[in-house]
Amino acid sequence: MRYEAPETIDTAVSLLAGAGGDARVLAGGTDLLVQLRADMIEPELVVDVKKIQSMRTITEENGGFRIGAAVAGAELSEHPKVKAAWPGVVEAVDLIGSTQIQGRASMGGNLCNGSPAADSVPAMIAAGTMVSIAGPNGEREVPAEEIIVGPGKTSLAKGEMVTSLFLPARPARSGDAYLRFIPRTEMDIAVVGAGVSLTLDEGGTCTAARVALGAVAATPLLVQEAADALIGTKLDDAAMEALAAAASAACNPIDDKRGTKDFRIKVAGVLARRAAQIALERARGN
Amino acid sequence: MSKIHVTTTVNGDEVEFLCEPDETLLDVLRDELHLTGSKEGCASGDCGACSVMVNDRLVCSCLVLGAEADGAKVETIEGMADGENLHPLQKKFLEHAALQCGVCTPGFLVAAKALLEKNPDPTETEARYWLAGNLCRCTGYDKIIRAVLDTAAEMRGN
Ligand SMILES: Cc1cc2nc3c(=O)[nH]c(=O)nc-3n(C[C@H](O)[C@H](O)[C@H](O)COP(=O)(O)OP(=O)(O)OC[C@H]3O[C@@H](n4cnc5c(N)ncnc54)[C@H](O)[C@@H]3O)c2cc1C
Ligand code: FES
Ligand code: FES
Repeated sequence: MRYEAPETIDTAVSLLAGAGGDARVLAGGTDLLVQLRADMIEPELVVDVKKIQSMRTITEENGGFRIGAAVAGAELSEHPKVKAAWPGVVEAVDLIGSTQIQGRASMGGNLCNGSPAADSVPAMIAAGTMVSIAGPNGEREVPAEEIIVGPGKTSLAKGEMVTSLFLPARPARSGDAYLRFIPRTEMDIAVVGAGVSLTLDEGGTCTAARVALGAVAATPLLVQEAADALIGTKLDDAAMEALAAAASAACNPIDDKRGTKDFRIKVAGVLARRAAQIALERARGN
Repeated sequence: MSKIHVTTTVNGDEVEFLCEPDETLLDVLRDELHLTGSKEGCASGDCGACSVMVNDRLVCSCLVLGAEADGAKVETIEGMADGENLHPLQKKFLEHAALQCGVCTPGFLVAAKALLEKNPDPTETEARYWLAGNLCRCTGYDKIIRAVLDTAAEMRGN
C-alpha cells in the first residue's frame, strides 16, 4: 500500500485516476482503517485528503453552507450557523460514534462508505444536499440521493472523489430533524433512521417537504410519497398518519439480529412521524 | 515497501520516525517510540483504550495512520503528569479507586482531560456521553464518573 497526502484536489484526482489497483480516499479513516485492519480491503493506494484546505473548511455561499467533504463531525457541531440552519443534519452527524470518532468522522466518508444505515445520509438527503465531485473529466454536482447505489457501492467513477457537500439556503419557516432507532443510547448502528425537512407558508400550510429513510433497504431512500402526504396540509393528525403509512410502505428491509423486517417497517413510520413533528416545531419557531 | 519518514511532536518534543504506510499511530507510539501507555483493546474504534489527542482533538490512535501524524501535534497519556506530579485527574482516579486492571485507564484519563478542557463543569449525563467511547470491563463506570466529576469540581475551585 502507498500513502499520499496531496495538497490540491487536482493532484488527488490524478493520483486516484492513475492508480493501478484499488485506490481509496482517506478522510477520517473511521471506516477505512477498520476495513483495512480487518483485511476487507487491500488498496494499492490511499490518498489522505486532509491536507487539502477546501476539503477541511465550511464556507457560507448564497445563504447556504459548503461543507468540505473531510470536515470532522466535531468541527461541524462547533459551527454555530450550520447548526442553527440545519439542526437535523448536524444532529445526525453528531450521532456517528463516540467523541473519539467525532474527532475524525466526516460527512463525505459517511456518504461514500455506502452503508444503508449511515446516520447522516437520510438527513443529508432530506436537506436536499448537493454533492460536488471532482474527477479526471472535471467537476460535477449531483443530489446526495444519487451517490449510494447499493451496500458499500457508490456511483463515483474511477478517479472521482467528493470534494464538498452543499446545504442550500433556508426559506423562512423551515425545519429539519433526524431520528434513529437503536437498542441503546450511544455507539450502535441504526436499525431504522428517518430524516425530514419541511417548509411552511405564513398560514402554517406545508409548501415543501422531503422525507428520507435509512437502514430499511439496500440504499438510503428518498420517499416522495411520504413528502406528498405532508405538502398542502397543515400537518394535522391525518397528514401525519398518511406520512407514516407512506414511509412504512416504502421500506424493503432485511431481517437481522438488529431488527426483524416487520419491526423495521413499523418503526420507519413511527420515526418518520416523530421526525416530522420535530421539524414542524422547528419550522414554527423560525 | 518503502517506509515513510514522519516528523511530528509528541508531548511537546519533536520526534522523527519511520513507518510502514499501513501502520497505525498506535503501533508507532507503542512499538517505535516505546510509549506503551496507550493500549490496544479492540483495534476497531470501539473501546477508546488507545485515545490520544491529535491537533487538539480526541481520537482513537488505532484508527489513525502513523503517516498522518506528519506535521501534527500528538499528546498521549505519557504527557499528562508533570514529572512526578500527577494531573488532578490521575490523583482523583487513585483516590476514588476508579481503576482495577488499568487497561482502560490511560484512555479514560486522556478523554476526561479533553472533556474538562472543553467543559469545566459537565453534568453527570454530559460526562457519561463524552466517555461513551471508552469501555471498562472492571469498574462498572461509576467510580470513574465520580472521579471525573470530583476533579472538575476541584479544578473549578470548590
Ligand atoms: C466505533 C465506531 C462507531 C461508529 N458509529 C457510527 C454511527 O453511529 N453511525 C454511522 O453512520 N457510522 C458510524 N461509524 C462509521 C463511520 O464512523 C462513519 O461512516 C464516518 O462518517 C466515516 O467517515 P470518515 O471520514 O471516517 O471516512 P473514511 O473512513 O475516511 O472513509 C470511508 C469510505 O469513504 C471513502 N471516502 C471518504 N471520503 C471520500 C471522499 N471525499 N470522496 C470519495 N470517497 C471518500 C473512503 O475511501 C472509504 O471507502 C462508526 C465507526 C466506528 C469505528
Ligand atoms: S484499540 Fe483503539 S478503540 Fe479500541
Ligand atoms: S479497569 Fe479494567 S477495563 Fe477498566
